[in-house]
Amino acid sequence: MTQVKARWEHYEHGADIGVRGLGASKGEAFEQAALALTAAIADPAAVRPLERIELGCEAPDDELLLAEWLNALVYEMATRRMLFSRFAVRLEGTRLTGAAWGETVDVARHDPAVEVKGATYTTLRVAPQGEGWLAQTVVDV
Amino acid sequence: MDLSLFEKRSDYEWEIPRAGAMRVPAVIYASEALVRDMDHKVYEQAVNVAALPGIVKASYAMPDAHWGYGFPIGGVAAFDPEEGGVVSAGGVGFDISCGVRCLHTGLHRDDIMKVQQPLAHELSRSIPAGIGSTGEIRLGEKEMDAMLAGGAAWAVQRGWGESADLERIEENGQMKHAKPGNVSAQAKKRQRDEMGTLGSGNHYLEIQEVSEVFDAQIAAAYGLAQGDIVLMIHCGSRGLGHQIGTEYLKRMAVTAAQHGIHLPDRELACAPIQSEVGQEYLGAMRAAINCALANRQILTHLVREVFRRMLPHARLPLLYDVSHNTCKVEEHRVDGGTRKLYVHRKGATRAFGPGHPDIPAAFRDAGQPVLIGGSMGTGSYVLAGTKASEALAFSSACHGAGRAMSRHQALKTWQGRKVVDDLAARGILIKSPSMRGVAEEAPEAYKDVSAVVDAAHAAGLARKVARVEPLVCIKG
Repeated sequence: MTQVKARWEHYEHGADIGVRGLGASKGEAFEQAALALTAAIADPAAVRPLERIELGCEAPDDELLLAEWLNALVYEMATRRMLFSRFAVRLEGTRLTGAAWGETVDVARHDPAVEVKGATYTTLRVAPQGEGWLAQTVVDV
Repeated sequence: MDLSLFEKRSDYEWEIPRAGAMRVPAVIYASEALVRDMDHKVYEQAVNVAALPGIVKASYAMPDAHWGYGFPIGGVAAFDPEEGGVVSAGGVGFDISCGVRCLHTGLHRDDIMKVQQPLAHELSRSIPAGIGSTGEIRLGEKEMDAMLAGGAAWAVQRGWGESADLERIEENGQMKHAKPGNVSAQAKKRQRDEMGTLGSGNHYLEIQEVSEVFDAQIAAAYGLAQGDIVLMIHCGSRGLGHQIGTEYLKRMAVTAAQHGIHLPDRELACAPIQSEVGQEYLGAMRAAINCALANRQILTHLVREVFRRMLPHARLPLLYDVSHNTCKVEEHRVDGGTRKLYVHRKGATRAFGPGHPDIPAAFRDAGQPVLIGGSMGTGSYVLAGTKASEALAFSSACHGAGRAMSRHQALKTWQGRKVVDDLAARGILIKSPSMRGVAEEAPEAYKDVSAVVDAAHAAGLARKVARVEPLVCIKG
């Protein structure tokens, strides 16, 4: 069996941006969706993983949990004025424990395009795909 | 969209008759060309909204309607609490009370062009814009609550503006029945450093010239004449509104089943107006409206300070301030009677017609000013509410151009620097902290605002008064 390669992508949504993570596990798909979230704002490769923060959230099902995870990151980005480029997610039932590594926004170096207001439930989906998992939703910018 | 899905009521009114779970019909106001270009999702979303409990008359979409989350952007829907009507966080949007305000300057093109560069520079230095920017104002717990209860009236009391500004703002600058206690500590924390900031994305501050007057009488009532310079600010309730939207979207999604509401899609998350969640959201949302009004008021003060230094003879009174992401309690005529309804406008502007008591006395006979922001580098419009709009869509009109191309596609198509240079060659100065942001907001990534405004005018939703063209744009 071939291991699913972890990756992220954006998909089209009129005024906003769809963020999609794909991975071998659900947790990995959540991590990749978080990278796609950062990439909606700036190039993740330009964001140095200098500082680690911890996050936790809970929701009644996988899909609401993905929205909660992305919204927790939006909140941390907004209140700490940081961007993140590395993520770790552990899922236990309806609870997510995670970490994100990043640095303070540097406008000159990161050239951040747009602020994400929040993760919506539009096209929200967490499901097995092929040998791995897909986690996606539209974020409002 | 496929026109065969609609029953054509007129050249600018397209109805989706009631069917299936729909409680009322859905109606799109637009030209045939605009309807053809609309995403099919607008159809789906307008139909879904028509199925929500307590909806009155119809689910409406404005000429700039496009795919939103739950409700279409450019959507209008009114609900009756006596009939199990709902309030929806998605039907208001994350950027609660995002809106546009327009200031007079008493200046003309020559006055601006003499100082165009240094004025643009000073404005970009004084108006915090883009990601990571913070305002000068830090609010402690008590002041935060005072701001959330007081809106622009609070800002004026604190010295950011003049009391004459307040009557030129919807709700006289202060949304009543706001409940700061319903706003979470997280939402307040997110706002801590963001008072008096512009934000990013499609938010902007523009110096504009009145390039065309369509209705001389109403323009005169509004104090506008060809060649006048005005200033428009487009922004909303910043992080506080976004966080409230996020939190209540989840609460409404989780509790919908308990309220016996079947959601065809979770993004339609809503709660009965008379439920605990519904009432708590309304209190928090009204506090966010006050946050947006206070924010635009503080930005106005910052702008006036810049003009005081650069163009000391200029005075910048407020023409008007409108919000286009709200849910408000209004009285409307339905079936020959008057009913108190909760009107959601998601990417739609209130457009009260002549004589409405909520319009400032100075132009009550002309109808409410409806401010339509164009995309960067293109024109914007001032319209006026009509008598007819009440019967058409609960006195509502469009709010902007609407995107024609995704950000992703825009980024692949244009380079920010080239967009700035091209606009400079046309005499329009753009200041932005982000060249990627400029590329994503390239003028051609948006629909033609003129087509949207022409359709709103032809449909009778609002009346064209004046077109304005940008000279300086400070982009978030």
